[in-house]
Amino acid sequence: MSGFRLKDHPRAAAAEIGFRFNGSDYRGRAGDTLAAALIANGVVVVGRSFKYHRPRGIIGSGFAETNALVQLGTGAHTVPNAVATRVPLREGLAASSVNCWPSVGFDLGGLNDRFSRLLSAGFYYKTFIWPSWHLFEPIIRRLAGLGRAPTLPDPDRYAARSHACDVLVIGGGPAGMAAARAAAGGGVQVTLVEADDHVAMEPLPNLRILTRTTASGYHDHNLVTAVEEIDGPVVRQRFWKIRAKRVLIAGGAFERPLLFGCNDRPGVMLAGSILHYLERHGVAAGRRPLFAVVDDQGYDVAIAARRAGLDVVGIVDARPEPGPIAAAADALGIAIYPNHSVTRAIGRKVVSGAELIDQATGQRIRIVCDLIGMSGGWSPAVQLFTQSGGTLRFEDRIGAFVPDRSVQNARSCGAARGIFDHADCIADGAAAGHWAATGEDREVPEIAAAVRAPLHLPPPGAKAFVDMQTDVTVDDLRQATDENYRSVEHVKRYTVWGMGTDQGKLGAVNGVAVLAALQGLAPGALGTTKFRPPFAPVAFGAVAADRLLGPFFHPWKHLPAHHWHVAQNAVFEDYGWLRPSHYPEGDETMAEAAHREALAVRGRVGLFDSSSLGSIEIRGRDAGRFLDLMSVGSPSTIKLGAVRYNLLCNELGTLMDDGVIARLGEDHFLMTASTSHAERVYRWLDEWHQCEWPLALSIAEQTARWAVLTVAGPRARIVLENADCDVDLSREAFPHNQIRSGRIAGVVARIQRVSFTGELSFEIAVAADYAESLATHLMTCGAAEGIIPFGLEALDLLRLEKGYIHIGSDTDSRTQPADIGWGKGIARKAGDFLGKRSLLHPSASAPGRAQLVGLQPVDPAVVLPIGAHIIGGDPHPSRGIVTSSGFSPMLERGLSLALLDGGRALMGSVVTAWSEGRSWPATVADPGVYDPRGERLNG
Amino acid sequence: MLSVPCPYCGPRDETEFVNGGEGHVDRPVPPEAVGDADWAAYLFFHDNPKGHLRERWLHAFGCRRWFHAIRSTADHAIALTYPIDAKPDFPA
Amino acid sequence: MSRNYSALALLRGALGGNRNWDQAWRSPEPRAHYDAVIVGGGGHGLATAYHLAKTHGMTNVAVLEKGWIGGGNTGRNTTIVRSDYYYPQSAAFFNHSVSLYEKLSRELNFNIMFSQRGMLTVAHSRGEVDFQRRLVNGMALNGIDMEMVTPDQARKLCPIMNFGPEARYPILGGMLQRRAGTVRHDAVVWGYARAADRVGVDIIQNCGVTGIDRDPASGAVTGVQTTRGAIGCGKLGVAVAGHSTMLADMAGFRLPLRSYALQAFVSEPLKPVLDVVASSALLGVYVSQSDKGGLVIGGNADAYASYAQRGNIPTAEAVSAALVEFIPSFSRVKMLRQWAGIVDYAHDSSPVLGLSPVPGLYLNCGWGGGGFKAIPAGGETFAHTIATGTPHPLITAFSLDRFRDLALVDEAAAAGIEH
Repeated sequence: MSGFRLKDHPRAAAAEIGFRFNGSDYRGRAGDTLAAALIANGVVVVGRSFKYHRPRGIIGSGFAETNALVQLGTGAHTVPNAVATRVPLREGLAASSVNCWPSVGFDLGGLNDRFSRLLSAGFYYKTFIWPSWHLFEPIIRRLAGLGRAPTLPDPDRYAARSHACDVLVIGGGPAGMAAARAAAGGGVQVTLVEADDHVAMEPLPNLRILTRTTASGYHDHNLVTAVEEIDGPVVRQRFWKIRAKRVLIAGGAFERPLLFGCNDRPGVMLAGSILHYLERHGVAAGRRPLFAVVDDQGYDVAIAARRAGLDVVGIVDARPEPGPIAAAADALGIAIYPNHSVTRAIGRKVVSGAELIDQATGQRIRIVCDLIGMSGGWSPAVQLFTQSGGTLRFEDRIGAFVPDRSVQNARSCGAARGIFDHADCIADGAAAGHWAATGEDREVPEIAAAVRAPLHLPPPGAKAFVDMQTDVTVDDLRQATDENYRSVEHVKRYTVWGMGTDQGKLGAVNGVAVLAALQGLAPGALGTTKFRPPFAPVAFGAVAADRLLGPFFHPWKHLPAHHWHVAQNAVFEDYGWLRPSHYPEGDETMAEAAHREALAVRGRVGLFDSSSLGSIEIRGRDAGRFLDLMSVGSPSTIKLGAVRYNLLCNELGTLMDDGVIARLGEDHFLMTASTSHAERVYRWLDEWHQCEWPLALSIAEQTARWAVLTVAGPRARIVLENADCDVDLSREAFPHNQIRSGRIAGVVARIQRVSFTGELSFEIAVAADYAESLATHLMTCGAAEGIIPFGLEALDLLRLEKGYIHIGSDTDSRTQPADIGWGKGIARKAGDFLGKRSLLHPSASAPGRAQLVGLQPVDPAVVLPIGAHIIGGDPHPSRGIVTSSGFSPMLERGLSLALLDGGRALMGSVVTAWSEGRSWPATVADPGVYDPRGERLNG
Repeated sequence: MLSVPCPYCGPRDETEFVNGGEGHVDRPVPPEAVGDADWAAYLFFHDNPKGHLRERWLHAFGCRRWFHAIRSTADHAIALTYPIDAKPDFPA
Repeated sequence: MSRNYSALALLRGALGGNRNWDQAWRSPEPRAHYDAVIVGGGGHGLATAYHLAKTHGMTNVAVLEKGWIGGGNTGRNTTIVRSDYYYPQSAAFFNHSVSLYEKLSRELNFNIMFSQRGMLTVAHSRGEVDFQRRLVNGMALNGIDMEMVTPDQARKLCPIMNFGPEARYPILGGMLQRRAGTVRHDAVVWGYARAADRVGVDIIQNCGVTGIDRDPASGAVTGVQTTRGAIGCGKLGVAVAGHSTMLADMAGFRLPLRSYALQAFVSEPLKPVLDVVASSALLGVYVSQSDKGGLVIGGNADAYASYAQRGNIPTAEAVSAALVEFIPSFSRVKMLRQWAGIVDYAHDSSPVLGLSPVPGLYLNCGWGGGGFKAIPAGGETFAHTIATGTPHPLITAFSLDRFRDLALVDEAAAAGIEH
């Protein structure tokens, strides 16, 4: 319990905030992070590691924290694996350690640490083979994982925003601010994003600053994504997509830990982070710190700590000759241990001392301390630069990777490219900003050459951690090297080094340095693992923010007469459009309602909403010629006012859709398409028109403009005759497969005599606005005839009785026109059309093709399940599939359509249908069994 | 997120577009004049370079016009876009 | 040669401070000539080499890998192993592959961690339930362990799926393959590499193929040019997934394949929360939880041809939205990492396997997003094809000729989503 708050720091006077951690109450100060408040309260052990469950404390600050992961909050609001160094303290905040049981102080999983040698790199690949992995996996699974996912839906919302600017600056430190200032000075629009909650620079009219905003990904064409923490009552986070002409990456650098025994002990911290807590939060992480450094960079922290009143017990400098800065420390009475390095941290659960070794003599000494500050040098934050496609090179002067070649319009500046001197950072940022605004290059500071101690590999058995969270030690890297896992990617995957939630921000460069030393290579020759998006973990909800969820995930498409159907007690289903499946009366089931509705259509008359059928108009001098090219038939020969069934194939000769084409004028055709294919058919026509056959015509998709109501049944004509319709409806004047224009009750209408029920049928199209009034009008006019609305379920029974197919259900991706009985015209058609060549291919006339047939179960009460297979094939058991099924109201028996191999040759034979272990005999029959001569249709 | 320079509307986010695959795939005319192998070549055997690919795009949520783009499949950079009925030399 | 792995070996390793482990595989210098060279050190290439040596006695074999073995799709995929394929030819092949996976840890003496936790693909409409019944019946008739599940059973298998009243797509049922599950992908690579090495195969990493040598008279393959010099070979097997057409270009023929980026996502590590592989073809997402605790998430491929091994944002947004719609509580879970592999698709989404137009050159490609699950059977049948010069009976339907013959095996229409 050695951390405390400095009394003379302004933060000590900030408002008090109460919070809970692992069930105990604490108080922090406004402005603290959770990590700062925990340190100030003397909390040292904050979590347990992934594999060995070793106690862990806060090691860093900001993004470079790998140990202090906490579960925030409870219930639907809980956040797993929150990084304590990034969590702003709030009144009532409740957090607990992840991955320990029963408590962080006494964790049974810590037993793993005792047997760590058995659990060396990749141990699980070498055992658990006998008798079976399934025996061991559940235990491993329970031990793995860190935080707990919420199990309730996320109550929060996420927003998304797209943003464009000339220059995007990532990071608001010295270099980033200088860059933003210089770029803005060039008069261009500049946006700066900064993860912290403030940027210490003046406002400028053409500079937009987004704080608490972390650039998360660098994508194609200079698009950077960023996540803004809002934590508001409405919106939790905002997901930004920022397109910038030029991007300046000024994301700073990460300090490297040192590799010594038990360098993961709570109380071992990054020196720079000790300084961060001192200066920013007025919090000392210990009373008696010891600092271990490899160059000059840790000295500043030791000096600041001393000036803050801490009892700095020494600086362990691995260099034989400490730099001139040692004199400044010495002047403050800080003991310097030149040519020494820390061999291990002492202390069972928290640091109580350190063992040093004199590198010249090998002599070891122990020093009592409660905090060890490590300064192993700084590694530029190259993650976003790598994501942009840029390449890296290893820079010996700083012992880390730096940006090399840009691929997109991106440049790094300041510490993000290895410039650490404050004044140099500002100069570098200014030069980068100038480039971003003008495209002109200016002279930039050189990376400073520093005297650095070379890497000393800790001896085997030292428990020196390269990656703390995933418990990867130098020994694990040694073993991987011995086993010939040489590529950094292999080592990463084999040892899980760099796979923690910090994605190697702390351990990547150290690991490369160790591996290079083990393999006798230069680190640059070994390279680094690939940094992938996101820079820091991002909630899936935030990434999804630009897509709506729930009812709006795919917005519902409502029929123009939707409310009218609601009033008719319709039950709706999603068929691409929300369409009535049936209109139950009383407590009717769907099957009962559909049966009743179908009988009403056969016996009297029914009203069906066909508005979702695709309606595509093709107009122009070449319209007929174009449709001939697109169709299996020859629509150009359709007579004015006539309607013809039509099939569309793709170039493979397989069926895309069917529908009817009506000729409205010499150069004017109306094509209908199935509801589910309408958009695709329109796109298909349009693509061929624009790209292959730029003929004189235009194509317009008109589905949403029209409401289409179908009056079907033997009394349909009577209903229309009562409906104030100015079209001659007589059989002679308006036969089947014709189209007429006129008015119904004064409203302009197109009426087609086409039928998907097999009954006399009028399909009436009016402007969509009239949908409900036309429906009401027709119901009123048909009341005396007993008209009822009928839904898709009834329609499905009616068309099944007629053997009418639905492309996509009764056909599959292999079905060609001949397979459904439309093969005749193809050989006769002289001109070109889509799919023709494939339909002339030998495969199109090969024996045994799946053909559409009807199936009648031998037991008439049986309704075959859709998706049943017809069995008895050789060598493969399945000979076909049941594609549609229902209980025919008119025949009072089960009826099905099927795709059956060589089916048309099997008419009259009995086959076996099979589904989920049950089977039924059924007779192969013609698809259409009701009114096969179409007398009712032509009525 | 690509920024696709529609020849008619200027640069727009890729979410406004539909990629139509390889462009300039010549359809045999008349198709019945070619053998099965050539027909299969037209249907299936297309270019798949790592590098510049001429392809078709539709500005579906914009001007609704098809056009061609020369795009690198290696890094997604778009070198050129041009009307559907053109075929400029590249490199131009 | 490396010693057998076992619990005892671990103990011995521990007693020796883990400084006594053998190399998992050697890194030899390439020889001037091999009887067979396999291009591509992914799962398929390594498994093929293993079977050439072990099953067919061809021990003068090399695997050439341009980077590090397993660095392509084998090390990038979402590790799902299943055999819910519809057509008999596919079913026979992939079911054989699952059976081989079940024995693979012992075969290779390397724990590949096949976790047969089951894969649930939900249905969101009556039409989709009917379609699944078609698939399930067809698969069952072909000997695959598929079953339909009710909404209640689906809820028991995965209670965190979206059963709420706000769900745009309610869950009306699903289909389940209990033998399906996940496999540790790198372990498959390393296990095959180690096993192949133990039977004499040379694994040559950092060796990119830059050209293919052919006999001017017969046109037959005689060797390859590589970044590590010329290497002669009697037979050449190509197993390079998304880069197959580039190898075909070198040999002077075309393949009916297009390369796309297929993205995958992994979340932060979590305590167990998902015990099956859960999938929705309609939403376009599937997810499993690894033994490390991360959610492994996949969706549909990016919408345009690509060799850039990085995913685009629109697809990442679409997959994230689908995930949150599918399992709403994952909204607050964080994405840790996003990447992409380059997958090669044929028109029918079935692989292209067997002979090529060039004598001595054999093809193993066109796996699309589904190559990982095929590795054991792919290696076994490809080795047979190379060793005998005749396609293995399990792969005859997947020949290159099927495109000319319009005899496609259209699994695209039957599947609906990658993985």
